[in-house]
Amino acid sequence: MAHTGQLTASPLRLPGLSRVTLLRIAIILAVLAIWEAVAASGLLFRDVVPSLTVIARALASLLGEEGFYWNLGVTAGEVGTGLVIGGFAGLVVGIVLGGSRFLSRAFEPYIYYLGPTPKIIFFPVMIMWFGVGPGSKVAMGTISCFFPIALSVAAGMRQIDGVLIRVGRSFRANTWQMVTKIYLPAMRAPIVNGVRLGLGVAIIGTLLAETKLSNRGIGFLIINSYSTFNMPRMYSLLIAVFVLSIGVNALVSRLGNLEAVKRR
Amino acid sequence: MNGVAQAQKRGTPALLGLAVLIAALALIELLIRAGVINRFIVPLPSEILASFKRVVVEEGIPERFWLTLREAFWATLLLTVFGVGLGVLLHRVRILRLATETWVAALASAPTVLMYPLFLVIFGRSANTIIMMGFVAGLAPVILKTVEGLAGTRRVLIDVARSFKLTPWQLYWKILFPAALPSIFVGIKLGMIFALINIVGVEFLINFGGLGQLINELAERYDLAGTYAAICFVILVSVLFFMFTERLERWLTPAN
Repeated sequence: MAHTGQLTASPLRLPGLSRVTLLRIAIILAVLAIWEAVAASGLLFRDVVPSLTVIARALASLLGEEGFYWNLGVTAGEVGTGLVIGGFAGLVVGIVLGGSRFLSRAFEPYIYYLGPTPKIIFFPVMIMWFGVGPGSKVAMGTISCFFPIALSVAAGMRQIDGVLIRVGRSFRANTWQMVTKIYLPAMRAPIVNGVRLGLGVAIIGTLLAETKLSNRGIGFLIINSYSTFNMPRMYSLLIAVFVLSIGVNALVSRLGNLEAVKRR
Repeated sequence: MNGVAQAQKRGTPALLGLAVLIAALALIELLIRAGVINRFIVPLPSEILASFKRVVVEEGIPERFWLTLREAFWATLLLTVFGVGLGVLLHRVRILRLATETWVAALASAPTVLMYPLFLVIFGRSANTIIMMGFVAGLAPVILKTVEGLAGTRRVLIDVARSFKLTPWQLYWKILFPAALPSIFVGIKLGMIFALINIVGVEFLINFGGLGQLINELAERYDLAGTYAAICFVILVSVLFFMFTERLERWLTPAN
């Protein structure tokens, strides 16, 4: 590793790129080697750090299972439904609050301060309202994603170029036309960003609810592998969830970037 | 944001917000009394209010609060030490930053809290699991904001340091750290909020420890009013904590 300690941007772009790639590979290999060494040494409890080959085998058998895809479908359905309901509510609330300074002052503090609270504690109430089935998980996803989307849309509303709004008004656009022709197209970037944030917390809310009380879904599989102490399976499930959610996140933010580029 | 005139202007809408909230609660109370809403699903708001005192006195709220606070403190301490340390490392070793900054950003968007069953196995059903969950959840923003702050130091300041021939150590303590401090505080604040959310959440999920467990216990006892009151209490605590960190940040950030 080059301990240059330099603060200026190094002009060595091209060779730097390949060195970065090399370093990345080296870090990954080092982590895997340390992992394998710890697994072989038996320093930790048996099975807490299983050998990589064991995890790889568990991952392969997990991906070969039909039940995994069925449970993944259940979770995806719950997250998707939650995102649609919470996202739509967030969009409406965001447009209303962002469009009026008075209403924003009256109600936005509640959303702003409720946003960073742990949503999972509403789960017992959601069970009472919507039952122990998928309904309560959808509700968790909805509550989770409502707040970031509403706040993001409200902030986006306030950043819309005043000229666009005046153009709409001078064409005597009605409220519906203002929303569909002016507000929504002008707010594409903040909406996509809000959906990205909302999707992330909706996944967390739904899966956590599944680990707490359910009999299906990926969260259930994770907590089930915990209660049967099947650590390789738990690792492979966590790997699958992490890869999927980071991938979806990257996909949505790429969507935002593409649209931002197209606008120019 | 502040200013006397604006504060006065803000008074009316704030009152309206509060009035709507109270009106909504009154409406729910009426609907339950009229039998439109089942009172075994939604308890009367007045009942919830009345059970506040019972929950605080009988369920050992002070001890629980103190436990959660201690967990949050240790998580924040770990976050600050490791987050800022790793941030400085990434900033000093440029190639390491190029190689791993996107990984740290990906970690920030990953659902790390789902690893709690894994942490349960490693650390046992104890406060350590909860502290480590809070630490892992809040680490990424501290690292990213530290790097951002250090890298965003104005060139003029660094040139001044150069012309005074400061040693690298002096450069860090006298120039880079003070310049990056506002950004680092933003990172620690974000990390603290993520940590608290996850600490209370995991307490609820694994039924151990402080405020989160209280909700789980009351819900399992089917103490409806108590559950609602406990949820309101936890929400209140998190909102106050959030307001406090915001104040702290504003107080620590030099006014521009």
